[in-house]
Amino acid sequence: MFVRLSAAIAAVSLLSGVAFAQGAKPTDPQIAHIAYTAGVLDINAAKQAQSKASNKDVKAFADDMVRDHEAVNKQALDLVKKLKVTPEDNDTSKTLSKNAADKLAELGKLSGAAYDKAYVANEVAYHKAVNSALETLLIPSASNAELKSLLQTGLKIFQGHQQHAEHVAAELK
Amino acid sequence: MMPRWVLPIVAALSLGISISAHAATIQITMENLVISPAEATAKVGDIVELINKDIFAHTATARNGDFDVAMPPKKTVTYILKKAGTIDYYCRFHPNMKATLNVAP
Repeated sequence: MFVRLSAAIAAVSLLSGVAFAQGAKPTDPQIAHIAYTAGVLDINAAKQAQSKASNKDVKAFADDMVRDHEAVNKQALDLVKKLKVTPEDNDTSKTLSKNAADKLAELGKLSGAAYDKAYVANEVAYHKAVNSALETLLIPSASNAELKSLLQTGLKIFQGHQQHAEHVAAELK
Repeated sequence: MMPRWVLPIVAALSLGISISAHAATIQITMENLVISPAEATAKVGDIVELINKDIFAHTATARNGDFDVAMPPKKTVTYILKKAGTIDYYCRFHPNMKATLNVAP
């Protein structure tokens, strides 16, 4: 419980607070980079789960994450190519990547039911944090209409992922 | 005298013809993670055209196990209804997507 809560708080504060604390609005190339990075990180976590998870619902959830996030990211790549935008690395992307690498290492040490629980709990927290960042920061800051629309599609599907993860987490209890 | 196996084939053929003559095509669309219409009516033998307008893969999966159709992104697939009943179905990948199909005999 404590671990999950603190993970959620850390994830939320990292996305909403730290990097843009100066009140700087992210630019479209930065937003594209953050959204793409967030997707890649969840795919990496899911790939670890595909090899480590033991519960069949957790495995199926991981398959869903790979499939959906790859679909969104493919769309994102097509869009930046079309708009001739070069995604720009930034502090939020860097912090996200760093935290995800730490989490991956931490989860890597677990196994069996303990791993399943920790992975799903982190998926709940991660999607919550990403969804909140999309809603309050990334979508309102996006200036290109197509980028905004893709982020909105992302938000809709990630809200579904969050509910799905919450459901799987409840079943694991 | 007619061989014994001819009769079932003739029966199946005429049945097949009568089904195709009356078969309707029902369209079900999955777009932006919503199935529409939320409730559709059809008959056994009707063709269901499952249209996926999303960039995501979906499935049309009957809760009672009657069907489980894969719907690749941006593709249309067809399925012929085989059993009557009120069938609740959903997307296995996105369980929030739900709808009902009333299939008359």
